[in-house]
Amino acid sequence: MEQPSTAPDRAPTSDRATPRTKSHTVEAGAGPRLALVIESGRRRLGFELGDLWAHRDLLYFLVWRDLKVRYKQTLLGVIWAVLQPLLTMAVFAIIFGRLAHVPSDGEPYPIFVFAGLLPWTYFNQAVISASNSLVGNAALITKVYFPRLVIPGAAVCAGLVDFAISAAIMFLMAFHYGIHYGAGLLLIAPLMALTALFALGVGMWMSALNVKYRDVRYALPFMMQIWMYLTPVIYPLNFIPARWRWLLALNPLSGIIQAFRAAVFGRVFDWNGLAISCAITLAVLTCAGWAFRRMEREFADIV
Amino acid sequence: MQPIIRVENLGKRYAIGRREHFVTMREMLVNAFTAPIRGLRALGRANGRADADGAAHVWALRDVSFEVAPGEVLGVIGRNGAGKSTLLKILSRITEPTAGRVELYGRVGSLLEVGTGFHQELSGRENILLSGAIMGMRRAEIMRKFDQIVAFAEIDDFIDTPVKRYSSGMYVRLAFAVAAHLEPEILLVDEVLAVGDVAFQKKCLGKMGEVARGGRTVLFISHNMAAIEALCTRCIMFSDGALVANGDPTSVILRNIAQCAVPGAGLADLTAHPGRRPGDTPTMTRVELANGAGAAAGAIRIGDPLEIRVSYRASRPFQPVLGAVIKTGYGAPVFSVSDRFCAQLADCEPRAEATIVCRIERLMLIPGNYSIDLWLGDARGDFDVVYDAIGVEVLPADLTGTGRLPPPNVGAIFCEAEWSIHDA
Repeated sequence: MEQPSTAPDRAPTSDRATPRTKSHTVEAGAGPRLALVIESGRRRLGFELGDLWAHRDLLYFLVWRDLKVRYKQTLLGVIWAVLQPLLTMAVFAIIFGRLAHVPSDGEPYPIFVFAGLLPWTYFNQAVISASNSLVGNAALITKVYFPRLVIPGAAVCAGLVDFAISAAIMFLMAFHYGIHYGAGLLLIAPLMALTALFALGVGMWMSALNVKYRDVRYALPFMMQIWMYLTPVIYPLNFIPARWRWLLALNPLSGIIQAFRAAVFGRVFDWNGLAISCAITLAVLTCAGWAFRRMEREFADIV
Repeated sequence: MQPIIRVENLGKRYAIGRREHFVTMREMLVNAFTAPIRGLRALGRANGRADADGAAHVWALRDVSFEVAPGEVLGVIGRNGAGKSTLLKILSRITEPTAGRVELYGRVGSLLEVGTGFHQELSGRENILLSGAIMGMRRAEIMRKFDQIVAFAEIDDFIDTPVKRYSSGMYVRLAFAVAAHLEPEILLVDEVLAVGDVAFQKKCLGKMGEVARGGRTVLFISHNMAAIEALCTRCIMFSDGALVANGDPTSVILRNIAQCAVPGAGLADLTAHPGRRPGDTPTMTRVELANGAGAAAGAIRIGDPLEIRVSYRASRPFQPVLGAVIKTGYGAPVFSVSDRFCAQLADCEPRAEATIVCRIERLMLIPGNYSIDLWLGDARGDFDVVYDAIGVEVLPADLTGTGRLPPPNVGAIFCEAEWSIHDA
């Protein structure tokens, strides 16, 4: 996944370690304040958090735009946000629950699969829309400066609204099936935050790659489909032979979905699995952030 | 004085060939398909060159250094592809330089395109918020200026209509209105005045002037020389990525005109001109147009001197009488000059061969393309007439002090006038 360096395009500067852009203030009295130095060269590894913070309104408006625009000029409008997960759940419940008799940990299969689909669908949509976000906003990238991370970030955030709608449906279903919640339910919010961070990590990486290689756009949906079957979404974890389960644990979504189900069905949490998910999420975020920073400087030139 | 922008040895190189330095199988496949196209593109660029490994680069900007003082309005001119837009993209941090350094001593706002961030499905109101945020305004700032923006755009009735239903004029007005209410210390503007109708362009120019008078620093790219001359306190010119002139707007613009001149323009051979009246004996051999500086030029700025120099050769000496009719591009005569009426050369020595110079002190033609008919004769009549002997382009200049000139559809001549108002 690692990008080759782009040495032919790189600056012939003597001082490559200099950060490309840095903001610092000079003491007042020495004329105008030095606001910004623009230079060629390698960037600092970390994101400029201050710069991101200064553009928080932009993040808000981009999310707001995505939501506003999403169901414009549709007959059913926001009902689609309800229909999509329900229909997916129905299809899976019939094919895997009724026909294939996939076990469901003793829960009714429809609500079992819905509880798995909820975080998965969010993750899937967030990653795919984030991966297309930079290319889709090429007009902005080539005309205005702002921290590029805001764009995939907005895509990841916008999906949370659909998730909230689906979650409401799930609670109605759980009520219908007579499932009693425990205190574990409180963990849903942090679990979703973790999912969002992981989606951001994968999504920003894919979005940056997509700027350079449009192959991502075509390959990613397949990868995501395969990923879904490698994640205990439509089957329980113990459906997998014990000697292979460690492999599943390397997939952060596996731990997240297990924990999500545990929260919904009031079961015991697998804290170790969740800890591994957190660690891998952090690792992916770091790598993705580093890759994004490296590719970011070329976005406007090649998008 | 401490500059607000300092640019040092700035360079930007674009690869117009390969982007990586490893070759995968996919790359090889792609290369096989795109190599011919790339070759053609590289040929099309004057300063494109191919590396040993087949990757071609083009320097969009090379070794550029200049400074801008606070409050200056700097015009940036040059032909298309000269590097102007690349400079603004680097200053606004959209793209990173390949070499060199820029120091900015203030908040930068850029207006590289009207309607940046507009979404077709959203209403005018929603687009103001969105576009404002994209251009770097805080939410509170947008809310505060919301009414001013709507008033400037003159779209009050349509504020809740999706912009995809707007006329193109409304769309542009709204887009410019948002941008015009940015308040950075340094404003970068690229060709925004090239959009919209004449009335709106005037409004934009007015707004630009207002910004400039407000003491903010402005970098202004335009092909509209009259606007540059009116608004800018200084002007820099680019050519093939290099900064080639830096000085007061008028002198830089004159250099720009000289540089943009088509070789051979302002000069026509009349010995076998297709516009000659049938039956006439070719006597006029050559016509040359010159500007105020005395150099041959196919383009003259409005208000500058125009010299028409006509050479002739006859079999016997005579006292020449020259006339010229200046016509619009559509062939309608605008005015004529003729020594038959002025008789300034009536007492000259008869010559078989000479060059007659007619100098028009101030060429007051509205910018556009004109054509010149030439009439040569003696005291008794004309014997050599060449229609459309030579073309001349009149370029805009800031005659009025506002950067504006009347549009060509209300007459080809510009006339200076004094205005006053009296109580009834």
